[in-house]
Amino acid sequence: MTQEERRSEYWKINLKVIGGCMFIWALVSLGFGIILAEPLNAIQIGGYKLGFWFAQQGSIYTFIALIFFYAWRMNKLDREFDVYED
Amino acid sequence: MSLQVLSLIVVGMTFAIYIGIAVWARAGSTSEFYVAGKGVHPVANGMATAADWMSAASFISMAGLIAFLGYSGGAYLMGWTGGYVLMALLLAPYLRKFGKFTVPEFIGDRFYSKTARVVAVISLLAMSITYVIGQMRGVGIAFSNILQVDLTVGLISGMVIVFIYAVFGGMKGITYTQIAQYVIMIFAYTVPAIFIALQLTGNPLPQLGLGATVEDGRYLLDALDQTLVDLGFAAYTATGAGMTQMNMFLLTISLMIGTAGLPHVIVRFFTVPRIRDARKSAGWALVFIAILYTTAPAVGAMAMWNLLNTVQPGEVGAEDGNIAFDDKPDWMLRWEQTGLLTFDDKNNDGRLQYYNDRNPEFAAMAEEEFGWEGNEIVRLDRDIMVLANPEIAGLPNWVIALVAAGGIAAALSTAAGLLLAISSAISHDLLKGTFTPNISQKSELLAARISMGGAIILAGYLGLNPPGFAAEVVALAFGLAAASLFPTLMMGIFFKKMNKEGAIAGMLAGLISTLVYIFIYKGWFFFPGTNMFPDNADYWLFGINPTGFGVIGALLNFAVAYGVSKVTAPPPDHIQHLVESVRVPKAD
Repeated sequence: MTQEERRSEYWKINLKVIGGCMFIWALVSLGFGIILAEPLNAIQIGGYKLGFWFAQQGSIYTFIALIFFYAWRMNKLDREFDVYED
Repeated sequence: MSLQVLSLIVVGMTFAIYIGIAVWARAGSTSEFYVAGKGVHPVANGMATAADWMSAASFISMAGLIAFLGYSGGAYLMGWTGGYVLMALLLAPYLRKFGKFTVPEFIGDRFYSKTARVVAVISLLAMSITYVIGQMRGVGIAFSNILQVDLTVGLISGMVIVFIYAVFGGMKGITYTQIAQYVIMIFAYTVPAIFIALQLTGNPLPQLGLGATVEDGRYLLDALDQTLVDLGFAAYTATGAGMTQMNMFLLTISLMIGTAGLPHVIVRFFTVPRIRDARKSAGWALVFIAILYTTAPAVGAMAMWNLLNTVQPGEVGAEDGNIAFDDKPDWMLRWEQTGLLTFDDKNNDGRLQYYNDRNPEFAAMAEEEFGWEGNEIVRLDRDIMVLANPEIAGLPNWVIALVAAGGIAAALSTAAGLLLAISSAISHDLLKGTFTPNISQKSELLAARISMGGAIILAGYLGLNPPGFAAEVVALAFGLAAASLFPTLMMGIFFKKMNKEGAIAGMLAGLISTLVYIFIYKGWFFFPGTNMFPDNADYWLFGINPTGFGVIGALLNFAVAYGVSKVTAPPPDHIQHLVESVRVPKAD
């Protein structure tokens, strides 16, 4: 592969990873926390109704996990494509 | 020792810490002044970002907001944290790779246009100045409410402290002070929350306590729902009660995009050594923010529960179900003096009733059956919820003093970050970048310090004489960040063919449409009485609340930029190469 092709391959994979993360980002907050909150509220875990939990707790935990997952995944990708900073 | 003396000592000690850090972390170069020499560890940077981001509004107002909005308050929780995902995935690593000092600088270089840079500076100044007024006001209020000193004295002491560490230390001084401020802030927020969670639910973790049971074995949230419904309010966990689901959706996404577009937060990711540190640093920032943001819903719900049970210890409608005016607890008396909490025994029964008298059915029933003639807590400022929390829980005075220091730390840390964004926009983007490009590093540093000093004085003056729209301005700042800066930055990285014509047209479209939509309902330049339509759902375009318009402005920005870029010349080759090089951490 030429340098050009490697770069565009790296970028394509990056976009895919971002797309996946953004899907989950929207699903837990806008999806579970708002649009689907009412049906999800029928499910209760401990004292939390599930829709309410996603709107006030769950989304935030998921966001943290997403950022660290992305950082880990991109470090791996940087190594594969030999663009990892020392 | 009296509470006031103790509070002054605690606040004085925190100020001594900030000055000590200022002496130790003096900035010697423009790089140290603007981006702390790019040498801040990602965890330390995350902590400083968290302090930078969490303002007096997060610390003092948010839990109270949630207490009264219930479920819908989630819009603020999700909006103000979800933006970090956007920042970490879409902006931070690339802007760090670009490796300059300010956000307008990136826009100016990427879109090869001084005009684009100046438009970005205008957006930045508009949002940062409006935002910083609220912070200075917060410092003044924390002083005058809790320390019982004059607002002016409090505000000026705050200004002097910020002046010392921000003017001399620049970003370096600000970063290390913010780390200290974060520790003070989070300690002050979580200690009362842990005590209250323990008292009510026996669970020391507020995040778990909110889902646990109260004394009588019912779940806290179920019990709270029931009590609120019994008093004619909507249930705490009910959807669509505080705002419509559509407006909650728009507000959440506007706050997310707005958060990701705030220049004083973005610039924090310029301070870390490597690209991969920028990605991780956003995660650490969110961890430190989440400690407060996942505690806030518990603080809000528990404060509401405590309030309802204080007012209504017995059954609703029973003769002795409500607390007698003479038996009000000390914290109510103390806050009554500030005027933030006021009562009126409307039906002269010597007892206090708090219920929803705006619910016509319930109000009519309550009047007929219980003899209630209206809600007797006439004013209940929601900011009390956090400030009075330790008193409501009967915690010792040093905890109350700590909350004062925490509130001040929250306001000062955000003010410092904003002031740096303002001063670097003036000295680096306007002077060095546009008007006097040949300025030496030494003179630029001097100019940065002078503009920082000027910005502090301006912010202090406006904090003392607020233009009367303090609450609206934060919504405005977010709307502007969402509609003007975020889309332009994102397109600069993800659309290689985006050119200067598209970027400028898009920024202006987002900026102007958002400004106009807000001004139509809130008054032109917020002058009271100049609004063209009443600010309520009947008049909003498609029912869209002006505070949630940022996302629409952002979409307009994207659409206009895309359209214009299609019919004008593509960017020159060296810019397209610049974009390609920004996309990889290391050129191979």
